[in-house]
Amino acid sequence: MQNDELQANVSQLLTTATFEEGGDWLTVNVGADELLPLASQLRDDQALTFNYLFCLTCIDWKTHLTMVYHLTSTQYRHSLVLKVKLDRDRPAVESLAFVWRTAEFHEREVYELFGVDFIHHPDLRLLILPDGWEGKNPLRKDFEDPINMIRL
Amino acid sequence: MAYVNDTASQFPVQVHETPDGGIVLSKLDDVINWARSNSLWPLTFATSCCGIEMMAVASAKYDFSRFGFEVARASPRQADVIIIAGTIVNKMAPVLKRLYDQMPDPKYVIAMGACAISGGPFFYNTYSVVKGADHIIPVDVYVAGCPPRPEALLHALISLQQKIKSGLTREQIKTGKD
Repeated sequence: MQNDELQANVSQLLTTATFEEGGDWLTVNVGADELLPLASQLRDDQALTFNYLFCLTCIDWKTHLTMVYHLTSTQYRHSLVLKVKLDRDRPAVESLAFVWRTAEFHEREVYELFGVDFIHHPDLRLLILPDGWEGKNPLRKDFEDPINMIRL
Repeated sequence: MAYVNDTASQFPVQVHETPDGGIVLSKLDDVINWARSNSLWPLTFATSCCGIEMMAVASAKYDFSRFGFEVARASPRQADVIIIAGTIVNKMAPVLKRLYDQMPDPKYVIAMGACAISGGPFFYNTYSVVKGADHIIPVDVYVAGCPPRPEALLHALISLQQKIKSGLTREQIKTGKD
């Protein structure tokens, strides 16, 4: 499916979604509370079948955080990017671990590095960082560690 | 006779000429160091992209077996030299220390590439990278580069051999005393 067809399909599923074009993939901006229902629909819709979440990450813009989800369909070979803007002080979004199982580990990584709270996540704890790093979020732009870090 | 004389610069002997031939004179320490320097088994240890370059040095084109480095060991207990090929992060530091401690003496360390020397491109603004492997274990030879060319690693290996052949400790080399 081409990007313009994808855009028509997604705007039927969620009328409040806004779109960005220009890249290879169609980017869909959605609100934090709309993410989970839209994600389920994108996966289950017969014409779309986004059955694979191949990248889940977060960006710290200093003013806010953005969650980025890259979806693809192994059946139709089309891809889509979902973006969700989050409040930087209290970032929280519904977990997608029950839509795409791979999100469980990715969300744990974003949780430890950016401190995003994934609501209804089955097992939200540190993934790679050792004990004692809870709440420190080293990939935040304002993270400071005077012992290990040398500031440029 | 001619054979011994030709290799005199490599093999640490003096030939004492006598009317019917000659006597080879040497010191056991020098012979042991010479033997040691020509059979250095590296530990299979590579933490990032420098490891790919190290594999290239092992391959047919550069071939560090020409200098006696070909027997890469998967166990530190059988290795003589550890080539730190890559970034050492805080989580890897105790592992590196343990590997070094498990190697039998005499043991040698080569810090390959910018990461192993100083943290390299991860020197600033990182919470996780050790700023130089010599914070953890002593290093004999440093190779600059990101990653170093295979020729540079070969040069480092040969430099290590010369260091061993000289029979001097790190401190003696640093202070310039024999």
